[in-house]
Amino acid sequence: MLKLSRYVLYDILRSKIVIAYTIFLFVVSLSMFQMEDNSSKAMLSLLNIVLIVLPLVSLVFTTIHYYNSYEFIELMSSQPMSRTRILLSEYAGVAISLLSAFIIGVGIPVLLFAPNDIGFALLFSGVSLTLVFTSIAFYAAVVARDKARGIGFALLLWFYFTLIYDSLVLLILFSFSDYPLEKITLLLSALNPIDLGRIFIMLKMDVSALMGYTGALYKDFFGSGTGILFTTGIMLLWIILPLWLAVRKFRKKDL
Amino acid sequence: MIRIEHISKRFKKLQVLDDITVEFEKGQVISLIGPNGSGKTTLIKSILGMVKPNSGKIFVNEQIIDTDPSYRKIIGYMPQIGRYPDNMKIGQLFSMLKQIRKTETSQTDEELIKKFKLEKIFEKPMRTLSGGTRQKVSAAIAFLFDPAILILDEPTAGLDPLASEILKEKIIAEKKKDKLILITSHILSDLDEITTHVMYMQEGKMQFIKDIGTLQEETGELRLGKAIARIMKGDVINSNWIDKMFEPKNDEKIY
Repeated sequence: MLKLSRYVLYDILRSKIVIAYTIFLFVVSLSMFQMEDNSSKAMLSLLNIVLIVLPLVSLVFTTIHYYNSYEFIELMSSQPMSRTRILLSEYAGVAISLLSAFIIGVGIPVLLFAPNDIGFALLFSGVSLTLVFTSIAFYAAVVARDKARGIGFALLLWFYFTLIYDSLVLLILFSFSDYPLEKITLLLSALNPIDLGRIFIMLKMDVSALMGYTGALYKDFFGSGTGILFTTGIMLLWIILPLWLAVRKFRKKDL
Repeated sequence: MIRIEHISKRFKKLQVLDDITVEFEKGQVISLIGPNGSGKTTLIKSILGMVKPNSGKIFVNEQIIDTDPSYRKIIGYMPQIGRYPDNMKIGQLFSMLKQIRKTETSQTDEELIKKFKLEKIFEKPMRTLSGGTRQKVSAAIAFLFDPAILILDEPTAGLDPLASEILKEKIIAEKKKDKLILITSHILSDLDEITTHVMYMQEGKMQFIKDIGTLQEETGELRLGKAIARIMKGDVINSNWIDKMFEPKNDEKIY
């Protein structure tokens, strides 16, 4: 499988988009740390980049890559190679390139300027979100029939997870504000990987004190060992589930 | 070697393959003939597992085509339109395929690579190639692993006369090695010297499969094109197609 991924990786590197993405992340992270005296302030700004830009780039890049390598997939499917292996190799190739971009672009500056709890939480969330959204994008690309639909679907998912979902949660919280909702908000956060990532990092920062009772409950839960296990588990689920659905669909697809 | 049982395939409202049952043995060279859109390519892609039929079974060497892709080891496939990853170089393409199949160079059949002089352009990326050169690459890939079954979809379309002649010689040489060869082509004069059987398809249905001797006897024509024409006389849809085939062409004079 890795043999195939090597060629996928090579193809991605040739297109130079990933290199540009790496440089972009590196320059942004570095300038954040340079501009802010307080490294935790810089982390907060960096957090927003990670939560907004990372899912977007992962989604769009993966979908475009899938359609661009359709020929490659077609060629491979006429060779003695299972569909599962083809798709997983593609996934591995894309995921490795996006992850290296993140680790070089954000990881190195963070390790240089803020090698603490918050820094590691940020890297953890970044790595998970990259994998989650690559996985989701593969599903979108396999399901959609053509490039335009695929990218449209991916963008719609991004809007949903970054904007629409939060407003829906707020709506629920407002309309049921008479009831105790702490446990439910905890559950709701698990249904959106971006929220999960955000909470995971926020709670390592002092700002969680501003979040009132819910914040205290969150801190209690996410700060504990079970909380970390819970976050990791849910993130893994978010990586595996869409990928599994994509593979299932891809195996039955006419190429 | 290949047994097809009651294969049907439907794309939305269009019935592309309609209950096809046929068996191909080794040593046969089968010409798959029929108007555009009669389902030839879909049938071929079904054998390769690239299109999943709605019903019916296909066996290759008594092994049912399902999830195990290993049966494709003995199949060489030349697609109608060869599409390859843009950034990949020709040399890389060959070495990748060898790596995937874990085959040493000594075990491969590189005659076509040499005869088409592809080594000279090994460093060229695929996107710079002309349609004809792509066809040469496709042909070289199909024959590369000395497969027992060769499936050639419009092999001579787009090739220059010299290359086309080289390819025909190669097909004849492989025929002598007791292989099963499946060819679709609209250039009936190309098939004349090669073919042993003719399978005629129309609107997704198999009309007949006959060996060339029977066909010549029944029609009293020695040339394949005329024999087919004789059979199809009176059929309006087909006569249009057949008339096109018999428009005088320059290369007809050679014969």
